[in-house]
Amino acid sequence: MIDMSLIDGLSIQISQMLLVLVSAPLLTGLVRRVKARLLRRQGPPLLQPYRDLIRLVRKEAVIAESASWLFRIVPYIVFAATWVAAALVPTFATGLLFSWSADLIVIIALLGSARFFLALAGMDVGTSFGGIGSSREAMIATLAEPALIMIVFTIALVAGSTQLSTVANAMLAGVGLRVSLGMALIALIIVAIAENGRIPVDNPATHLELTMVHEAMVLEYSGRHLALIELASSIKLLLYASLIACIFVPWGLAPAGAPLHVHLIGVAVYAAKLGVAGILLALFETMIAKMRVFRVPDLLGAALMLGFLGTLLRFVSRSL
Amino acid sequence: MDKFAFDIAHFLAGSLVLVSLMLLYQDRLSALLNVFAFQAVVLALSVSWQAYVQGAPHLYLTAAIALIVKAIVIPVALHRMIRRLGIHREVETALNVGTTMLAGLALVALSIVVVLRVTADAGTLAREDLAFALSVVLLGLLMMVTRRNAVSQVVGFMSLENGLILAATGAKGMPFVVEISVAFSVLVAFIVIGIFLFRIRERFDTVDLQALDDLRERRG
Repeated sequence: MIDMSLIDGLSIQISQMLLVLVSAPLLTGLVRRVKARLLRRQGPPLLQPYRDLIRLVRKEAVIAESASWLFRIVPYIVFAATWVAAALVPTFATGLLFSWSADLIVIIALLGSARFFLALAGMDVGTSFGGIGSSREAMIATLAEPALIMIVFTIALVAGSTQLSTVANAMLAGVGLRVSLGMALIALIIVAIAENGRIPVDNPATHLELTMVHEAMVLEYSGRHLALIELASSIKLLLYASLIACIFVPWGLAPAGAPLHVHLIGVAVYAAKLGVAGILLALFETMIAKMRVFRVPDLLGAALMLGFLGTLLRFVSRSL
Repeated sequence: MDKFAFDIAHFLAGSLVLVSLMLLYQDRLSALLNVFAFQAVVLALSVSWQAYVQGAPHLYLTAAIALIVKAIVIPVALHRMIRRLGIHREVETALNVGTTMLAGLALVALSIVVVLRVTADAGTLAREDLAFALSVVLLGLLMMVTRRNAVSQVVGFMSLENGLILAATGAKGMPFVVEISVAFSVLVAFIVIGIFLFRIRERFDTVDLQALDDLRERRG
């Protein structure tokens, strides 16, 4: 006899995987559109990222002669790791089948391995651009990852777990006004901006050699490989938005075992949260200028400091 | 005391430590002064919350003094001063932000460990306030040590004094006369330092205190 909760969990898990896959380019399109409107430009239509992806898939994938087998498999690894990570973050419901493995540290590790392989692929062809991109990405990552770990510690000390559905439930139950949570939120936003290569750390819309980080790494890719990498970076943006929403504004998440209409409300609330996140991101990017690459460690150092301070303050109020 | 009151006090005192670290992070003088004014606002909020919780009306007066003198009068005066000295756009490059921040975090950790060990039998709120107040004092001292510009050192001194006020409000029964005299002595110190700044500039054409050291070396 098959357990009903297993079927429920599985169907929620599958719909979540499809949801993140389908809505990720839409979020990217929304950010681009709002940014263009704020700059008084017409801007591309909302569905443009989908069209770009389809166009890229149809095109031939050109591979450099000096590329090894690694160059060919990296897009698939990056896409798979990012997709799995995004599927683990509770977006509209907490009753995911794999919620026992939806641990913050697992998600960081998945994203870290995706970045590791992408940096390797950037150096694989042997052009100077890829090398620059990879070394800059590594510089950002060495600061962003410890900051993310400190944020996780702060959240875990407040909520009593690193498992995301437990964290969301603890936040829903109310943890009081915590200054360390505010610090964790600011630090997480800084890390999210750095990891997704948004302004002020990197500019996703430019191909100017002095400024680019992510774009320099993937410069040699084309065709379906490029489509996979672009989709993976859209999913990563969606993942960070869902992560912030799940930890800091968990209202509207459907609890495990809830009836269907609660889940539908959960999806609607999630869409609203993503919309707000996209508009806020576009506003922020319009208001701020890009930083020099060598100023980025200062910004990420501030995130690291906030995470560390949050953990420290949490220890004070726990030991009283 | 109920949990909510404690949470608010924790939030405000923690924010004060955070703003102290923000002061260390700023390397532009006018931004530094703005953050300093913000710290005074947070301090005033924290003190008035303590006044409400403890039912001590004289603390409202302390908060008002902090708000008027430190959030408005001193920052405005310092802004005008750096404008007259022509250093309002100056960027201090002598210090490395990362190292200073690490030192600052170490000081915060140190003061938390020390205060929690020493004050084992005091009230919860007082213990926490003392831990945060000691952090703010040490961060102000760190700022005075690491900066070379005289105006930044003044700001460090003033933020150190903010920590003292936080400690005074956390510990119940601090006489109001003491607080008043502390506030006025800081104001006097500010005026004296202001006069000194102009004297230093007249002599050396700079408010970089490194110039004083150079002079001493030349004589010695």
